[in-house]
Amino acid sequence: MIRRWWPLAILLVWAFFALFGGLLGLAPDHIQLPKILQPPGVDNALGYDDLGRPLWDRLAAGAQTSFLVAIVVVAVSLLVGTLVGTISAYVGGWWDHVMVRVIDIFLAFPGILLAIALAGLLGPGINNVIIALSVVGWVGFARLARAQVLTIKQREHVQAAQALGTVPHRIILFHILPLIMAPIIVEATFAVAGAVISEAGLSYLGLGVQPPEASWGSMIRDGARYLLVAPHMVIVPGVALMLVVLAVNLLGDQLRDKLDVRTRNRKE
Amino acid sequence: MTETLLSVRDLKTWFSTGGGTVRAVDGISFDIKRGETFALLGESGCGKSMTSLSVMQLVPQPAGEIVSGQVLLQGEDLLQLPEAAMRDIRGDRIAMIFQEPMTSLNPVLTVGQQIGESLKQHKGLKGAAARARILELLDAVGIPAPQSRIDEYPHQLSGGMKQRVMIAIALAGEPDLLIADEPTTALDVTIQAQVLVLLRELQRKTGMSIMLITHDLGVVAEMADRVAVMYAGQIVEEASRAQFFAEPAHPYSRKLFESLPSMEKRDRALDIIRGSVPSLATEFKGCRFENRCDFAWPPCRDVIPQWHRCAEGHGVRCHLMDEALAATRPNDVAQEADELVAPRSVAVGNELLVVNDLKVHFPIRKGLLKRVAGHVYAVDGVSLKIKQGQTLALVGESGCGKTTVGKGIIQLTRPTAGEVLFEGDDLNALRGERLRRRRKDFQLIFQDPFSSMNPRMMIGDIIEEGMVAQGVGGHRAQRRARVAQLLAHVGLAAEMLDRYPHEFSGGQRQRICIARALAVDPKLIVCDEPTSALDVSVQAQILNLLKELQNELGLSYLFITHNISVVAYLAHEVAVMYLGRIVERGTIGEVLDHPRHPYTQALLSAVPTIDPASQQEIVHLEGDLPSPINPPGGCHFHPRCPAAQPVCKTDYPAPLAVTHTHRVSCHFAQT
Repeated sequence: MIRRWWPLAILLVWAFFALFGGLLGLAPDHIQLPKILQPPGVDNALGYDDLGRPLWDRLAAGAQTSFLVAIVVVAVSLLVGTLVGTISAYVGGWWDHVMVRVIDIFLAFPGILLAIALAGLLGPGINNVIIALSVVGWVGFARLARAQVLTIKQREHVQAAQALGTVPHRIILFHILPLIMAPIIVEATFAVAGAVISEAGLSYLGLGVQPPEASWGSMIRDGARYLLVAPHMVIVPGVALMLVVLAVNLLGDQLRDKLDVRTRNRKE
Repeated sequence: MTETLLSVRDLKTWFSTGGGTVRAVDGISFDIKRGETFALLGESGCGKSMTSLSVMQLVPQPAGEIVSGQVLLQGEDLLQLPEAAMRDIRGDRIAMIFQEPMTSLNPVLTVGQQIGESLKQHKGLKGAAARARILELLDAVGIPAPQSRIDEYPHQLSGGMKQRVMIAIALAGEPDLLIADEPTTALDVTIQAQVLVLLRELQRKTGMSIMLITHDLGVVAEMADRVAVMYAGQIVEEASRAQFFAEPAHPYSRKLFESLPSMEKRDRALDIIRGSVPSLATEFKGCRFENRCDFAWPPCRDVIPQWHRCAEGHGVRCHLMDEALAATRPNDVAQEADELVAPRSVAVGNELLVVNDLKVHFPIRKGLLKRVAGHVYAVDGVSLKIKQGQTLALVGESGCGKTTVGKGIIQLTRPTAGEVLFEGDDLNALRGERLRRRRKDFQLIFQDPFSSMNPRMMIGDIIEEGMVAQGVGGHRAQRRARVAQLLAHVGLAAEMLDRYPHEFSGGQRQRICIARALAVDPKLIVCDEPTSALDVSVQAQILNLLKELQNELGLSYLFITHNISVVAYLAHEVAVMYLGRIVERGTIGEVLDHPRHPYTQALLSAVPTIDPASQQEIVHLEGDLPSPINPPGGCHFHPRCPAAQPVCKTDYPAPLAVTHTHRVSCHFAQT
């Protein structure tokens, strides 16, 4: 039972700091020179960084960045990808051929590399990170949705609806989309993990949020220089990142088991 | 013939599920003698497959458990054996073949490897000796050119060939008992005839016993020496074949016979078994069939019936056989047979649908640029007519293109060429919105009622769909009222509107699909094998409903099927299809009683009959249906035709009018 709820608990904490962090009176940019590089202790929570800023406050502020990027990127990717994939598979013909080639071309580049190139072109900043990751992210959803629709389209209930003269957008909306939602939702949870990692990666390279704003990726970058002197500067954001990604992946696994038609049939 | 090979005593196999204990097999006993064929007959879910799995000790773990009983193979109780010893028995002394040859073979191993595995395990044969034996086995099961087939993979074989390979694997261990679980259900009727003959011959040669599990009375009549009828986890009747077919004693057995469609029953409704099989999770206090039995009286509800012997080798589990108890039974209230509604006086004779030279070719694309490399000639020049208020049956084996004809007519697959004149309008020429509007006149019912309903929609919405799509039926409250009315029409309660498809049984789902089609007031319904997935007793209900609706509403049906007895009961005219073309068409009487085309003759003779008196000569067809990508030149049927002449190889025969309704495409139909 413990395995069931702890991923959710971690994610709730993450979301809480992201949404309500502003109300806690955190001071992520408050510099206290006497406390430079102080390790975690009884009276100073998670310690201080190279400029004497409290790591706990910066961690909470970083949660905000990663949460915002993950949610927006996944929402945009899911909408665009599912729409493109569904229509492509339903319409078929040359339109589908073109879309498959476009998807193949996107997939041929390593996603993170493409995002780095884009972020580099657009310049640093959180908006550009979101744009870059969305441009890469929709492809996975499009491919998944297309494959799902191709099988659902063959089902007889879709043919029955066509025989009744149901208009195409109604068929897609009522007869196809509800049946492909389960794998899409599972894919979305994994995409959240991917987006969190990618955002950290881009920020680590200096392409994400700009100082003095906090992000887990930039915190790790700042800490890397003091790795031997003050390892807590890397460990703290690193562990936070790991916990969130692990929790999202475990939640995805649980969802997949729950939504999988085959396991559900077995219970009946 | 007298030695008992397998003896099952009071076997109970129970399943623990979330909803309680399911007694799938609940105390059954039977004996199989050496060399005989013992048929276990029953409808789906009655526990017949679970019985065979219990004998093999292959009951799914951990949910299933053999609770008690004995399975004695020549006196040795298999249930006491450890798993290792059981492994030596499986395949060696008891072998099994399954319904689906496609999924029972390993797709990545060659035929030879799969048979060789069994030989190595049970006979210790390897290398050249094994290969010689494999060739021998392939030859024994009638596979042509075993030298080349031995190194082929399952996907290179047709369904009938795969089932032969399965039989060869089963024979490899030279078993004493062959358990055949619905061995021919997935096969076409001409292939089924081949496999049944093969099984009989092998039995004669090897002297093995066969335990045949089936739902098909026809197959039982062809094959069995003795029959046991299973119902809800118990055997309710056991008899020799002659006794069983002459006078079935249990009310359930009798009902099974009465619900079979046939030519003689055309003018009346088929007898149905009301209600449905009770849940096996209930604990029975009386007879399991009591709630559906026409003869039931109070003791049936309260007292569990005992096993009564009514003749040598004939036993029944029914209170009617207990003379003392049966005397207390009140006399039957005279039951009136269900009369069919008299046909509405529609002007039969107007041609509703005329199809001229319909062609549906599917391009095969290859390579990066998707060039057309060839065509599948699924439908290659089909002409037919359906009169208003009548039923045309389209008969043929799987892969002959009959489903494609149906889809082509209602424009779900756009035809390549030809005319589909519906009330004089060519549907092939209609496009977009005009075609969409016209769709209310012709509807479709599928074989599998479950996959033809959206599992995420409620029944009410599913039936309403057509009215919404066509913008008919007024506002929402009016449409809802109409949905309730339709549900009543097809024999379901109006409260069921708010349920989901998975809450219904197969027969009920098919009724819902019929209601959905009726919602838009169609004139023509294409029924694509609507009863093939259903049990016999449920099939009778659906056939009755279709017939009633036709009489009441003047509907026309294009009835696509491979089941000849359904055709005989329901259709007015028949068209027989072979490889994309119609080879013979005419009225029911003309085609079924006086078939002229050799293929029709073979098809009709291959259908197993339940009348043991009619020992008709089976016209055996060799080989399988050729590929529609590359149909044989001349008459498509010539490679399998017993009467083929040189001219058949070069010219496709023109349709010959035997009478003004009966047309045959054969060079020698006249003689």
